Amino acid sequence: MQQHLVLHLVAKILIPFIILFALYVQFHGDYGPGGGFQAGVIFGAGFILYGIIFGKNLAVRVVPLPLIYCMTAVGVLLYTTVGVAGMLLGGEFLNYSVLLPDSVAGQHIGILLIELGVGITVASVMISLFFSYAQYKHPDEEQNDEQD
Amino acid sequence: MTVLFGAVMIYGIYSLLCATLFVVLDAVDVAFTEAAVGTGISTILMLSALSLTGSRIEIIHRKKPILALCASLGLGAALLWGTSDMPQFADPSAPANLHVAPYYLEESSEQIGIPNVVTSVLASYRGYDTLGEVVVIFTAGIGVISLLGRTARRRED
Repeated sequence: MQQHLVLHLVAKILIPFIILFALYVQFHGDYGPGGGFQAGVIFGAGFILYGIIFGKNLAVRVVPLPLIYCMTAVGVLLYTTVGVAGMLLGGEFLNYSVLLPDSVAGQHIGILLIELGVGITVASVMISLFFSYAQYKHPDEEQNDEQD
Repeated sequence: MTVLFGAVMIYGIYSLLCATLFVVLDAVDVAFTEAAVGTGISTILMLSALSLTGSRIEIIHRKKPILALCASLGLGAALLWGTSDMPQFADPSAPANLHVAPYYLEESSEQIGIPNVVTSVLASYRGYDTLGEVVVIFTAGIGVISLLGRTARRRED
C-alpha cells in the first residue's frame, strides 16, 4: 500500500476526523448514543487504518507497542480504581455517589472516568490485536529471513 | 476458491443488517456498537487473521446433507412457533419491562442526572457487568498478545 497516492491522501484527511469522532462519542456518551466501547473501537480503527495504509513500521513509531500493551491494563485499573475509591469514601464498590459531596455530580464524574477506562482498554486491545496479527511471522518464514 | 474471504464478507453484511435492525427497534446504542464492533473492527481483525492463515479451504463434497437440512429447518420452525408465545414487541406489561426497567427509567434522571438512560444503566446501575466486559476484553487482548505478539519479540532477542 506504500505507493497508492489516493489512499494516502484520503487516509491523511480522514484519520483526524475519525479520532475526533471517537473523542466525541467517548465524551458525549452521557447525552447521546455512544460510550467507551464504541469510542474505543473507533479510536482503534483510526490507528488500524494508519497501520494498513502506511505500513506497520511507521505505525509502530506513532504508537510504540509496549505503550499500547500497558494501556490495555491502564483502562481496567482506572475502572477498578474508581470502584475502590467509592469504597474508601464510605460507599459500596462502584458507588459513584460518594465520590463528590453532591451525589449527582459524583455519578457524573464516576461515569465519565469509567467510560474513559473502558475506552482506553478497548482501543488499546484493538490496536494490539491488529499489530499482533500484522507483525506475526511464521517460524519457518523467520528462519528464511535470518538466512537472507 | 476464496471461501473464507466470502464468509468474512457475509458476516460483515449480516452484522450491518443486524445494526439496521437495532435502529428500527430504537436501540441506537446497541446498533452503534454492532456497527462499530461487529461490522467494522471484527471484519478487519478476521481479514488480518486470514492474511496469516490464507483464505483458501479445501471443499469436501459429501453426500447431500438431507438430515442436517431437516434438523435445521425443524429447529427454525420450532423457534418461530415459540415466538408466538412471547409478549408483543414493546408491550409495557411484558415481564421484561416490569422488573427493574421502570425503576431505572423513573429514578435515573434524579439519581444519575444524565439524559442517556442506557449509559446510566450500563455505567452506574450495572457497573459490575461493564467491569466484567472490560476484563473480558482485556483478557482476550492479553491472550492474543501472549500467543502472537510475545513470541515474535522473544525470537528477536
